[in-house]
Amino acid sequence: MTRVEIPTALRGFAGNRDAVDLDGGTVGELLQQLGAQYPQLKKHLFDDEGKLRNFVNVYVNDDDIKHLDKEQTRVSAKDVISIIPAVAGGAANGALTQEQVQRYSRHLIMPEVAMEGQQKLRHARVLVIGAGGLGSPVLSYLAAAGVGTIGLVDFDIVDFTNLQRQIIYSTSDVGRPKLEAAAERIRALNPDVQLQVHDARLGSDNALTILKGYDLVIDGTDNYPTRYLVNDACVMLGIPNVYGSIFRFEGQATVFCEKDGPCYRCVYPEPPPPGLVPSCAEGGVLGVLPGIIGTIQATEAIKLIIGKGTSLSGRLLVLDAMKMRFRELKLRKDPNCPVCGEHPTVTELIDYEQFCGIRGEEMEAKDLGKEWEISPPALKDKLRSGEGLVILDVRNPEEAQISRIDGSILIPLGELPQRVSELSTADQIVVHCRMGGRSAKAVEFLRSVGFRKVKNLVGGINAWAEQVDPSMARY
Amino acid sequence: MKVIVPDAIYQAMRRHGEETYPHECCGFLLGHSRDGEQRIVDAMRQSNERTDSPQNRFRIAPEEFRAAEKAARATGLTLVGIYHSHPDSPARPSEFDREHAWPWFSYIIVSVTGGAAAEANAWQLRDDRSGYERMALEIENGALRGESG
Repeated sequence: MTRVEIPTALRGFAGNRDAVDLDGGTVGELLQQLGAQYPQLKKHLFDDEGKLRNFVNVYVNDDDIKHLDKEQTRVSAKDVISIIPAVAGGAANGALTQEQVQRYSRHLIMPEVAMEGQQKLRHARVLVIGAGGLGSPVLSYLAAAGVGTIGLVDFDIVDFTNLQRQIIYSTSDVGRPKLEAAAERIRALNPDVQLQVHDARLGSDNALTILKGYDLVIDGTDNYPTRYLVNDACVMLGIPNVYGSIFRFEGQATVFCEKDGPCYRCVYPEPPPPGLVPSCAEGGVLGVLPGIIGTIQATEAIKLIIGKGTSLSGRLLVLDAMKMRFRELKLRKDPNCPVCGEHPTVTELIDYEQFCGIRGEEMEAKDLGKEWEISPPALKDKLRSGEGLVILDVRNPEEAQISRIDGSILIPLGELPQRVSELSTADQIVVHCRMGGRSAKAVEFLRSVGFRKVKNLVGGINAWAEQVDPSMARY
Repeated sequence: MKVIVPDAIYQAMRRHGEETYPHECCGFLLGHSRDGEQRIVDAMRQSNERTDSPQNRFRIAPEEFRAAEKAARATGLTLVGIYHSHPDSPARPSEFDREHAWPWFSYIIVSVTGGAAAEANAWQLRDDRSGYERMALEIENGALRGESG
């Protein structure tokens, strides 16, 4: 005889006994006997097909039979069998309200979405990193589609240069925190959305905490350190990363870290050399472009949530808006990838600024040293004192059409080596660009070819406009 | 059928639901069961094992159940019920609740709307598993919530 302990909840169906001694060689035989002896107990233990209900756990002494031979587990007289409830439950997939049915009706009537897909959207948790050009359409469409929880990471303030493409903002939002303005817009669009705002610059110290718990990440960032950071964090947490990038008339989109698909590092193991690839702030971007790429990201996100269609995982979609051509490149998972490969070497988040090299105009400018720099007010004083100065503008001609310091000569940085003979080492030369980065490179070059009386205008023409000539436009 | 809950425990359940919102909270109710009346003496918070869909599902592992039963016995109590929250959903059992319910236990469900605990109701599974009977939920300071089904 083997002792079978009856849980409190079922004792009423077993003559109020807390244990029953039964004959049988296996757990299954004992339970069948128990059911035969107490027919009322049977339906609580077995379903209509006679299978043990999934919330009924049977233990032989201290071991769950799931880890032994299940119902075939052999028992002897020494063993004690216990029936332990697994407690489970939960709210119904809340029915949509009449207003929600109307709101989502064009989804609900499609077999690919229907009520099931709409409920999946409602329970999805998506994190959008960056509320900029890509983030604008992504946030708008995800909120409109009824994604239940949308997280948003940004730390920036809306400025005039954003409005050409970041369509979630209005002119009156200039000067407001992006999170605040975006949240207002999303709430107005769809009050069903639970918005979780993360007022932070995503970094190695907070990325895992912020990303954790989301089903999906949408990368709307504009720099390499953050891209690698988002990728690595997504791999570590197993979250698919819907990727998009834009530059001038070109855009790219794909899905990284989805199941067995490649990650960003499989495709780009190393970042480009610092300064080689200009950002949108440096090189410009067609305002519509993030609209197209961001909308593709939103589409991919919705497909992943409802589990329909073929995702862009393993395919890089490349758009040339000038020719209006889409191309597709195959991406493969790299078994030697340092993050998602078979033997990963990067197992925790690293210093991504360092990994990508120190980048950014301000940082490069710092390297020159004070004796090679001049501030805008100091330049103004020198000009007023009538000192003979050559002001060299190394920007592109398009930029010179926006703003110009009187009397400056224009030689774009790229043409400087060929046209250096137009300058004289005898002259005092002040070099400027927009923010001071390209002009720092120009100063370095001029030094290397023998110029000594050459200085970089700190902060570029934008700083000049801010500190000396407020009537001049900044860009 | 009645379940009697001291106000402190009732408030603690509600707070638990607010803290875990938008996810479901869950826990055990310990006390005594006599003549169709369950008197709650203690509540034990449990963590929701369901990370895949915590906003509308909860599960407590059998190991936790065993530990809770043991703890109850040690203090002369019995595990008599289970509470959980329904975030943005009514305080009544879902079909999923019914499929997974045990008889005899009292099930207290707290509806949490937009992060704030709202209605709470107590339920018991019918012996034939066909549905639930609503139990009278009596808060110890005398307020009677709900009616016998």
